[in-house]
Amino acid sequence: MADAHKLEIFRGLVKFKSNTQKIWGVLILLSIITAVEVVLGIYKPSWGASMVLGMKLLNWIFIILTIVKAYYITWDFMHMRDELPGLRRAVVWTAIFLICYLVFILLQEGGYVFDVYDRGFIKRDF
Amino acid sequence: MNTTVATTDTDGKTWGGGNEPLKASYGKMMMWFFIVSDALTFSGFLAAYGFSRFKFIDAWPIADEVFTHIPFFHGNYPMIYVAFMTFVLIMSSVTMVLAVDAGHHMNKKKVTWYMFLTIIGGIIFVGSQAWEWNTFIKGDFGAVQTKGGNILQFGEYVTVDGEKTFKRVAISDFTTAGHTERVAHEGKNGLWFIGEGTLPVYQVSDVVKGMEANTDVLVRTQILNEEGEKTILSRAESLKQIKNNGKAVVQGANLQVNEYGSPLFADFFFFITGFHGFHVVSGIVLNIIIFFNVVLGTYERRKSYEMVEKVGLYWHFVDLVWVFVFTFFYLV
Repeated sequence: MADAHKLEIFRGLVKFKSNTQKIWGVLILLSIITAVEVVLGIYKPSWGASMVLGMKLLNWIFIILTIVKAYYITWDFMHMRDELPGLRRAVVWTAIFLICYLVFILLQEGGYVFDVYDRGFIKRDF
Repeated sequence: MNTTVATTDTDGKTWGGGNEPLKASYGKMMMWFFIVSDALTFSGFLAAYGFSRFKFIDAWPIADEVFTHIPFFHGNYPMIYVAFMTFVLIMSSVTMVLAVDAGHHMNKKKVTWYMFLTIIGGIIFVGSQAWEWNTFIKGDFGAVQTKGGNILQFGEYVTVDGEKTFKRVAISDFTTAGHTERVAHEGKNGLWFIGEGTLPVYQVSDVVKGMEANTDVLVRTQILNEEGEKTILSRAESLKQIKNNGKAVVQGANLQVNEYGSPLFADFFFFITGFHGFHVVSGIVLNIIIFFNVVLGTYERRKSYEMVEKVGLYWHFVDLVWVFVFTFFYLV
């Protein structure tokens, strides 16, 4: 494999001269995202407490930032960007589909169990 | 990249082996599919954690109050240490990908050096994780568990900069009454098949005495209020709760009890971070094996550093999982 690396991120907005440079660039990006998460996690700004789609806005932000980080780890550190679409789809879509399915079912069920306790049909607090 | 694959005389034929429709070697592709299955295992655990959390959504421990320590420093620093751990792991991912890159350029010296740094990063991470576990198991303030399995914590209102805030107090700080003596049950002087662990220093009756002596101490329950903070009971309610429902004094966390709240939180914490830590340890072992192969020149002779790339994939995956564990245990 002669250096067949794709050397741009953000859909070509940022271009790097060499693979090594790209690695450092991605590190900087990941560090910034982590720093933002930590700062938000420590200070918990009050605007983050508003509810969006059944969850706090701040939690949505954390989850989205995590997925962004996961994307860059997979695409640039694991070189998914350089693989053929066939391999990429076989790996990524399979995982994403099954994980979404599992998470939806378990969280739905967890919320239901909470409601059963909450409405007092079954008492657990004594 | 094909130098590791034995190409027989089937070149140009569709069937018969030696063909790579996905332009990735067998080993690399199998590493990818192993990672998919491992990712599903981890998401199974994390989704189960989410299930339990949604089940007790109004009473889940607040991570910022649980993980607040930094080695060698006293005080309250939530998140800082785990952010450091995350950074160490990302950094070791970077040195790993640099090793892979150096491997593509057949630069043995650089690969050796970067592999070494990756291993060091992994060891620092596992060490930090062990410290984190140790702190969590020891606990800090102590709490009382009720008959129903809920946790009651203690604290008092103090005025800091003209603002009234609730400050946690440790059980050992206000329970000054001489603690009740009780001899631990031992196998040799009773039922030989029933053992008893170390007894807690204080009994619930000692805590009640301590509370009666210190009129400022209040009880905080697990239940989260509108602002997402734990509910603080009035003085009368506090005494009533402890007297009527208090069952055992809990210090720290283990698989049965957890002074920070639901025991499930501790169970999942130990299980998921433990399973991840196990992955890190096996990653370090793999890295060490590959490191020695690099030093011995195995890949130099093979004219391909693809093995470094394969363990690299595994190592990045460990980092990837940590990114999610970090979010769901410490942030959300």
